[in-house]
Amino acid sequence: MQRILLRQIAHARSGDKGDSSNVGLIAENEAAYEIIRKEVATENVKKHFKGIVKGEVDRYELPNLLCLNFILHDSLGGGGSESLRNDAQGKTHGQALLLMEIEVPDDLPVQPIKIF
Amino acid sequence: MQEPILIGNGQGFWGDSIDAPKKLIEGGPIHYVTLDYLAEVTMSIMQRQKLHDPQRGYATDFVQLMKDTLPSILDKNIKVIANAGGVNPKACREAIFTVARELGLTGLKIGIVEGDDIVEQLPAMMTKGVELNHMETGEPLTSLKDNVLSANVYISSLPIAEALAQGAQVIITGRATDPGLVLAPMIYEFGWKKDEWDKLAAGTIAGHILECGAQATGGNFTRWWEVPDFANIGYPIVEAKSDGTFVVTKHPGTGGMVTKDTVIEQIVYEMGDPENYISPDVKVDFTTIQLEEDGENRVKVFGVKGSPATDSYKVSISYRDGFKASGTLTISGPDAYAKAQKCGEIIWQRLQDAGCTFEDTNTEYLGLSSSHGEINPIPQQVNEVVLRVSARDSNQKNLLRFGKEIAPLVTNGPPGITGFAGGRPKPQEIVAYWPALIDKNLVKTSVTVEEV
Repeated sequence: MQRILLRQIAHARSGDKGDSSNVGLIAENEAAYEIIRKEVATENVKKHFKGIVKGEVDRYELPNLLCLNFILHDSLGGGGSESLRNDAQGKTHGQALLLMEIEVPDDLPVQPIKIF
Repeated sequence: MQEPILIGNGQGFWGDSIDAPKKLIEGGPIHYVTLDYLAEVTMSIMQRQKLHDPQRGYATDFVQLMKDTLPSILDKNIKVIANAGGVNPKACREAIFTVARELGLTGLKIGIVEGDDIVEQLPAMMTKGVELNHMETGEPLTSLKDNVLSANVYISSLPIAEALAQGAQVIITGRATDPGLVLAPMIYEFGWKKDEWDKLAAGTIAGHILECGAQATGGNFTRWWEVPDFANIGYPIVEAKSDGTFVVTKHPGTGGMVTKDTVIEQIVYEMGDPENYISPDVKVDFTTIQLEEDGENRVKVFGVKGSPATDSYKVSISYRDGFKASGTLTISGPDAYAKAQKCGEIIWQRLQDAGCTFEDTNTEYLGLSSSHGEINPIPQQVNEVVLRVSARDSNQKNLLRFGKEIAPLVTNGPPGITGFAGGRPKPQEIVAYWPALIDKNLVKTSVTVEEV
C-alpha cells in the first residue's frame, strides 16, 4: 500500500448552498472512483474539515461522472452575506478536500505532485 | 429552424469580465448570447436604487455593453437574453432604446418579462394566508417584520421563449433562473413542449454548464497548470440540437480549454442531491448525464433525463439583518503567527474593556489557516501573516467602535505591524437571503415586446 493525497487521483470543485458548502470530488478514472467510493466516507470528510465543518456531512454518488458529491453542513459561518469568514462561500473547500491523505494499492496509477 | 443553434454565456455573475460578452459576440459564430447579472444581494441593492429613483434598479453595465455591441448584434442578427432588468426591466428597456436612438439604429425589438417581482404584493399575500416560510428552517416570514427589501420569484423559461416568439431580439428579464436563459432559446427554436421533460432537462443542464461563464472552459479548474492562455480565456458556448443533445465548446483562438474534466467540474458546482435538481421548468437527474469528447475543445453531452416540474416556484427574499465589519493588519516575522495571535487577543480585550460586545466575531490568519483550518500543520516560522478580525452586530455603533480598535496596534502592540493604509473599516449593512416556495398559480408573468 502507498499513502497519497486525493489530489493525485481526483479533481474537485466547491461552492455554497446557504450555510452549507458542496464539494464535488471527481475521480480521474474508474479505478480511482472505486477507491474514493471506499475510502472517502462522510466521517473521514468531517474529520478532515475539523474546525471548519460544524454540522453533518452528506454524500451522493454519481457513477456516470465518476464523482462523489459532499454536502458540508454548517461550514460557512452563517453563509452568504451573514458570514464573517474570508471564504464565506466555500470556494476553497474543494482544494482542501484534495489535501486528504488516503491509502491505496501500490499498483494504482497516481499523478505525481507537481512542484512549481 | 436551423440546427445546431449556438448559445454562449458572456457573464457568469455581477462583476464578471466586462470584455467577455463582446468577445463572444464578435469572436466567432454565435446565435444567442446570454448574460447573468443577478445574485441574491443584487436584487436588494437594485430595489433600494429604485426606491430613490424610479428610473433605476437594473444592471447599468448591460446598457454600456449594448452601447458597444448593438451595431454588431443587429448586423449579425444575434439575440441577447439578459436578466439585467433587475427590479426594473421597463427602465432598462428605455435605457437601451435611448442608446439605440443615439446610435441612429432602428428596427430593434426589445422584449421584457415581468411578474417575478412580488415585493409589493407580499402584504396582501400574507393577509390571504400565503406562507413564505424559510425553506430550510421553516420560520415564518413574519419574523422579518419590516426588514424585507426585495422578493423575487425564479420564473420559468416559457415567458422568455414567448418573447422570442414575438420577435424580440433583446430580452430583458428580472429574476429568471440562470440556466433558464439558455433553455429558453431551445424551447423557442425547437418547439419543445412544456412536458418534454428529458429535453427540458437537457437544456437546463446546458444552462447549468454555461451559467458561471469560464468555469466550464478552464476557469477554477483543478489542474490549472494545464490551462492554456488564461488571460484570453474563451467563454462557453453550446451547440444545441432539437433532440436535446449538445456540444460544449468555445470560440476558436481563445484561451482556456473544454475537456470532459473542465465540464464535469462545472456540472458538480453548487450541486445538492444530484437526482433531484429542481428548476421552475423541470426536475433533472444529474446521474443520467453522459459526456464524451468530440474533438479538441468539444465535449458532447447526451442521455439527460428529467421528470415533471414541481408545483412551486422558489422565491428569493432579501432582508436587512444588522451590520458587519472586517479589518486587517499585516504582521511580519520573526514570530509572525505568535504576534498575530497576540494582536487578536489585544483587540478583543480592549473592546470588551470598553463595554463593547458583539453577536458574532471571527479572528482569522490569512496565509496560514483562514481557508483550510489546520488541514496542513501551521509552520513554526512564517515570513508574515495577515490578521483579519471581523464582527457582526445589530447595533451599528458597536461596529464603528470596533473599526477604531485596529490601527492603534501598529504603535501600541507588538513590533513589525503594517498594512493599515486603507483606514478604519466601515460597518456595512448585511442583506440576508430568505429562500421560500410559492404556489405557481399565485405568480403571473407578462411579456411585452416593443420596437424602436
